[in-house]
Amino acid sequence: MAGVIKFGNKPEILASSAVGGDTEAKGNLGKYFDMTDPTDRFGKKTFEQAESEMQRLALNFALKKSGLTPDDLDAVFAGDLMNQCTGSSYGLAEFGVPFFGLYGACSTAAEGLMLAAMTVNCGYFERAASVSSSHNSAAERQFRFPLGYGCQRPPTSQWTATASGAFILGLCSGETGVVLSEALPGKIVDKGITDQSNMGAAMAPAAASTIHRYFSESGMHPDDFDLILTGDLGQEGHSICRELLLSQGLRMGENFSDCGILLYDSEVQDLHCGGSGCGCSASVTAGYVMKKFAEGKIKNILLIGTGALMSPSSVLQGLAVSGIAHLVRFSKI
Amino acid sequence: MNLTNEEYGKYVKRHALPSPVVKDTVKAFVIGGTICAFGQALQYLYVAVGMDKEIAPVMVSVTLILISVVMTGLGLYDSVARHAGAGTLVPITGFANAVVSPAIDNKAEGLVLGIGVKLFSVAGPVILFGTLSSVVYGIYYYVMKLMGV
Amino acid sequence: MIIGILKAFAVGGLLCAVAQVIIDKTKLTPARILVSYVCAGVFLTALGLYRPLVEFAGAGATVPLTGFGYSLAKGTAKAIDQYGAFGIISGGLAGTAAGITAAVVLGFTSALVFPSRPKFKNFISESKKTK
Repeated sequence: MAGVIKFGNKPEILASSAVGGDTEAKGNLGKYFDMTDPTDRFGKKTFEQAESEMQRLALNFALKKSGLTPDDLDAVFAGDLMNQCTGSSYGLAEFGVPFFGLYGACSTAAEGLMLAAMTVNCGYFERAASVSSSHNSAAERQFRFPLGYGCQRPPTSQWTATASGAFILGLCSGETGVVLSEALPGKIVDKGITDQSNMGAAMAPAAASTIHRYFSESGMHPDDFDLILTGDLGQEGHSICRELLLSQGLRMGENFSDCGILLYDSEVQDLHCGGSGCGCSASVTAGYVMKKFAEGKIKNILLIGTGALMSPSSVLQGLAVSGIAHLVRFSKI
Repeated sequence: MNLTNEEYGKYVKRHALPSPVVKDTVKAFVIGGTICAFGQALQYLYVAVGMDKEIAPVMVSVTLILISVVMTGLGLYDSVARHAGAGTLVPITGFANAVVSPAIDNKAEGLVLGIGVKLFSVAGPVILFGTLSSVVYGIYYYVMKLMGV
Repeated sequence: MIIGILKAFAVGGLLCAVAQVIIDKTKLTPARILVSYVCAGVFLTALGLYRPLVEFAGAGATVPLTGFGYSLAKGTAKAIDQYGAFGIISGGLAGTAAGITAAVVLGFTSALVFPSRPKFKNFISESKKTK
């Protein structure tokens, strides 16, 4: 197996943007979004269309920041949580950019970044974008219960973020100075978790496996990074992941955190274990993390995008929810 | 990482934050009880204004259904239910909420295949299994009657 | 009258509390709870246990979904007494016709009237925002 991929040609993040809903605006990272909509609708009639609109807006913001036009993009790698990836296809159709639809559940942001970086690094594309999104109201309807249905959410449950994040990658020109330096694609890990309201536990073994592989192959140490962010394990999954890594002799420090935990204000918002969904890690990375890079506060971070692989039918058929975790490393040059 | 799936499952169960059973149950008891007490008060009222004693309880249910439907439409029912849990699920209001919420949710998919189909997504099984058990009970009751028990 | 209301509160509350313990302990989904409660209502009526409970607690026993099961069973028994075997297939739904019709008709109407809203966001929080 190939192991850790090193991007020698320095694919750079030319621009990034984050768009979010109301809950996200009121969370810890509200000020890092380029735009939030208090109605969660983004002027659209349905929440599915709103999710597409978020992707369109996010890519537009990123294009504007980088001073590029859609014609400057050679491809876009995009994904979301809705059936057949329609959030992305309807949202990005009007750009007229060659399109790759991805499904990596909540790990899609990291997966898209990795693929975009690969194609740019190899010179197939001069510039490629990666966009991903999730919408709480669309995901609830598809995966859980109707929106107005009165049900109690167990303490281990997470809140699908209404958010989208977009990145534009190109060969290094010193625009932001943030490059993708390494990547490690994840393997599917099935640990037999069937509880749909404990996604953190289903994804934690995959995250632990990818993180452990990375540190044993790369020779790096957790303390070498300013921040090691898992995608959306939430409090429950993140603490399981920490314990799993410790049991393998890898002690993670204070710099080990999770996008789902960062996104919301756990004391006020009562969203149990934190955020989840494609839009969670995408918007936290595109908004908050990129801002911290720009401020010079961080120089080296790992993002481990985590995804729970399942469908409403697989859950009803009693199949276990397996996890996947893709790792990408961001470095300031 | 060398945990078997079974060991990991047990570990996760141990690790998981437990549901606050006592707090949940007290809330369910109080809120569910209040809905029923309100129903009983309505029933007295309906009888007092001259409604038939057999019909009054049915009209109480219909009134509660109406209240639940309006609350669901205004987006209030789920905000109460996140605290009340079974307290708003078990009373007939919970059944009405299960009928209305998917119907509202799916109106963009059309009158027939949206509202028409999804209206029964949670209520359908309730009516199905309720009717099934009533038929089983009916057969039992009929046979017992024939045997003169 | 006060005693009657208190009895309804206690019995109705208890039926809800039992369901809550089941949900928290077994992770049984709400839809399964509803189905089990209706079937339990039919079963308890068949055993002759539910009727006394209705007489004791009134709405405390008829408002919870077990009461829906009770109405199904009561309707079946009544129709069998009246029409014989035909009652097996005609009685149950007849006994619950008002409840089902009200839920379906009101459900349809409100689906036409109300917009769908994000979870835990109601019309109050929405109208605050537009100010």
